[in-house]
Amino acid sequence: MNKEFAGPLTALITASRGATITVGLLLIVAFLVPVANLLVPETSVFHVPNYAVSLLGKYLCFALLAMSVDLIWGFCGILSLGHGAFFALGGYAMGMYLMRQIGDRGVYGNAHMPDFMVFLDWHQLPWYWYGFESFAFAILMVAVVPGALAFVFGWLAFRARVTGVYFSIISQAMTFALLLAFFRNDMGFGGNNGLTDFKEILGFDLKSNVVRATLFFCSALSVLAGYLLCRFIVTSKFGRLLVAVRDAENRTRFLGYRVEYYKLLVFTVSAVLAGIAGSLYVPQVGIINPGEFSPANSIEIVIWVAVGGRGYLHGAILGAVVVNYAKTYFTGALPEVWLFMLGGLFIATTLFLPQGIVGLMAKIKKPVFVTKTPKAALTLGVGD
Amino acid sequence: MNLPRFLLFFWIAIILGGLSPAFADLGADTNKLSLKSTKTKILAIERLVASGDDQAVAILQAFLVGNLFVHTLDKTPVIGRPSPEGYHIKSAVNGRDLGTVKKTALKKIRINNKLRKIVRGALGGLTLLSPDRDLRLNAAKSVFKSHDVLVIVLLEKAILRETDDHVLAAMKRSLAAVQATNSTQTAVRLSAIEQLAAYTDQDVRTVIAEIVGKEQTSEAVDPVNPVRIAAEKALSGIEARLKIWGYVASIFQGLSLGSVLLLAAMGLAITFGVMGVINMAHGEMVMLGAYTTYLVQDLFKIHLAAYFDWSILLAIPAAFVVAGATGVIIERSVIRFLYGRPLETLLATWGLSLMLQQLVRSLFGPTNQEVVNPSWMSGAVEITGGLTLTYNRIWIIVFAILVLALVTFLIKKTSFGLRMRAVTQNRAMASSMGIRTGWVDAMTFGLGSGIAGMAGVALSQIDNVSPNLGQAYIIDSFMVVVFGGVGNLWGTVVGALSLGIVNKFLEPLSGAVLAKILILIAVILFIQKRPRGLFALKGRAMEG
Repeated sequence: MNKEFAGPLTALITASRGATITVGLLLIVAFLVPVANLLVPETSVFHVPNYAVSLLGKYLCFALLAMSVDLIWGFCGILSLGHGAFFALGGYAMGMYLMRQIGDRGVYGNAHMPDFMVFLDWHQLPWYWYGFESFAFAILMVAVVPGALAFVFGWLAFRARVTGVYFSIISQAMTFALLLAFFRNDMGFGGNNGLTDFKEILGFDLKSNVVRATLFFCSALSVLAGYLLCRFIVTSKFGRLLVAVRDAENRTRFLGYRVEYYKLLVFTVSAVLAGIAGSLYVPQVGIINPGEFSPANSIEIVIWVAVGGRGYLHGAILGAVVVNYAKTYFTGALPEVWLFMLGGLFIATTLFLPQGIVGLMAKIKKPVFVTKTPKAALTLGVGD
Repeated sequence: MNLPRFLLFFWIAIILGGLSPAFADLGADTNKLSLKSTKTKILAIERLVASGDDQAVAILQAFLVGNLFVHTLDKTPVIGRPSPEGYHIKSAVNGRDLGTVKKTALKKIRINNKLRKIVRGALGGLTLLSPDRDLRLNAAKSVFKSHDVLVIVLLEKAILRETDDHVLAAMKRSLAAVQATNSTQTAVRLSAIEQLAAYTDQDVRTVIAEIVGKEQTSEAVDPVNPVRIAAEKALSGIEARLKIWGYVASIFQGLSLGSVLLLAAMGLAITFGVMGVINMAHGEMVMLGAYTTYLVQDLFKIHLAAYFDWSILLAIPAAFVVAGATGVIIERSVIRFLYGRPLETLLATWGLSLMLQQLVRSLFGPTNQEVVNPSWMSGAVEITGGLTLTYNRIWIIVFAILVLALVTFLIKKTSFGLRMRAVTQNRAMASSMGIRTGWVDAMTFGLGSGIAGMAGVALSQIDNVSPNLGQAYIIDSFMVVVFGGVGNLWGTVVGALSLGIVNKFLEPLSGAVLAKILILIAVILFIQKRPRGLFALKGRAMEG
């Protein structure tokens, strides 16, 4: 923080080399991809095809999601195996807005109700669908719904001092319960099929190239904003406390801090970030269904963070992009092999790459004697 | 047609009390089945039934499955079975073998759904007089809901001739039901309803409820309808008793679900309780056990078909060894490097579970494999009409108790158990006493996995054997462990049984899915009060 005159934002960006590179790369990608898609002619080698824009946009949503997990796992030691639930809730909130935007252009042409409700022979829009025809309200719900769930769940869990693997299992049970609930038709969220067949967002056709590129641009900016927010949190005094909780929760408590409040705050912020990621994801892939709640999805997010390197923030972005690119490639080319690879990735990362790719790069760059420090800190942090 | 046979017909005709004509012409009646008019057909069926002849049974059965034909040459009815050269036919009238004919020589007598229903009912009535005990029993049960007045007479005759107590009871029950529904005499109906009121089963309840419904609509005619009053009284009595049996059934189902959960969670409790390792691949150990059962059954089918029923007894140790060995390999190759890092262990074992699932999917395919219940495990025992317990569920409860007893013995009474407990309580101290903690870890993990494998044998009997088998139970097992607390098998027992029973009691109220959701929420709220489970370790051990 030696450049206080440059303002806190600049300080955030220039404080570490990783941060500078991340912000720079995100800005370049945010502008370059839409330009290369829309302005560069299709014949050019620099043209980015439409499907790639959607795919990259999807990766960026996953990156934001991974970052939200890194914020709590990497910096506060909370391993949530239910973060997919917050992502999906954000997605459903956006999906509900997009459903209402369809209006009377659905199969049944009912302007007051989505198709699946007409199909179920419902006569009235359920109360929790009220307000979702307004974009502003939907955006508010994208943050409020996951945030509120995280607040209640976190309050119950942290107050009871549920920590470690217990918390992980309970959070997994939470997303599993939501999975079962959303599969039910009478929940009013489309049951098995979820919400799909979207047409427009804010009156613009979702299938047009410009809208796609804009959504991509928004995703990139959201990742950037999320990154800056997380960096702000972890470099503040609050962030230092989080690390203290991660490394020695009881000691922090004995020093007089109300550990559960700090955990609750960071958990809620993280859930909101995950919800925003979900809301950007849904218009780009065009569907949201209960499958997003499956515990397997949530645990996959954790491996993105682990592969990239936990506790770095940009590691989470890197991990999400790398693992998802591999997933796209291998599920297409060698579908049989992908689960072996993913499983192997879980094992190899935990056994051989505890600090992930970012940690590995740092290790290669620095002289040998310095690398001992993080390793020693790691063993110390776990303690007994 | 020979003389004794003719006399037999005559005799049956007499005992049927003039309901049938003195002599039924089977051939003519059978031919009438091929006519257009449904009314004529029904009449023909009734005459065939009234004949009471064994051959009539054969004719109606052939009619039902579409094996009844008319020979195009002499227009006689025949029963044909497809053979390589065409159709092998027998005379419908006397069952004489008529050799094989071409398909074109026959014209099929067709049946429709309405007739099918009538024929089924009629066959039920006919076989009441069959010499075969099982056939009579089935017939007695099948005429229970009959609306045919003819059945009453048949049943009365059959009851007079019946010697077998079991069949007799079934016939009396059916007779009462048919009389209560169809009789024209109020006194007969009242006594029949009184008899029915003593039964406790769903079928009788339905019959009585139907009577109540019917009588209520005709109330305007007769305000003090004795039949309705008697039926309503009987109904409320039966329903009250059925409700009690319903609770018993829920408890039984809950116990059986609890036993399944207990089997699946016991191994988890051991690995987590002793080693602090959350094994996300635990479900896959269950799955390996189920696939081992499938393989063992397959081997028996090929080599020891005669002893097929006992294949499951070999499958139990086989599953223990397969899953246990896999567990030891996993512990030695992955988990031992991650001790003291529970979250990393969780991730690594999740990776293992993905690989094991994909391995099984690649080897056996993604579809369900068929595992057969041995004959001594299939079927059900009927305690009363309101409560039927299936044998496989009973055996699973027995099996869970046996495994629990075995594990308790192993932990409490053997030298290995002593070492295991020593390592649980104080690893460093145990190590300095000369216990090879690494070896104990490997064996403990193997034991936990082996128990999961045995759980797989049990699950293969009640669930589909597919690569996803383990996933279906893993979260429930975790809930049991969280609820019951670790390091204490009793916690697991109480946790499993109470979750199982609560689940089965909630299901009829809220549906299966909502019941599960409610239980998950309840467990989350429960850990508010007891963050470390129902039977938590206290004091120093808690910090471990």
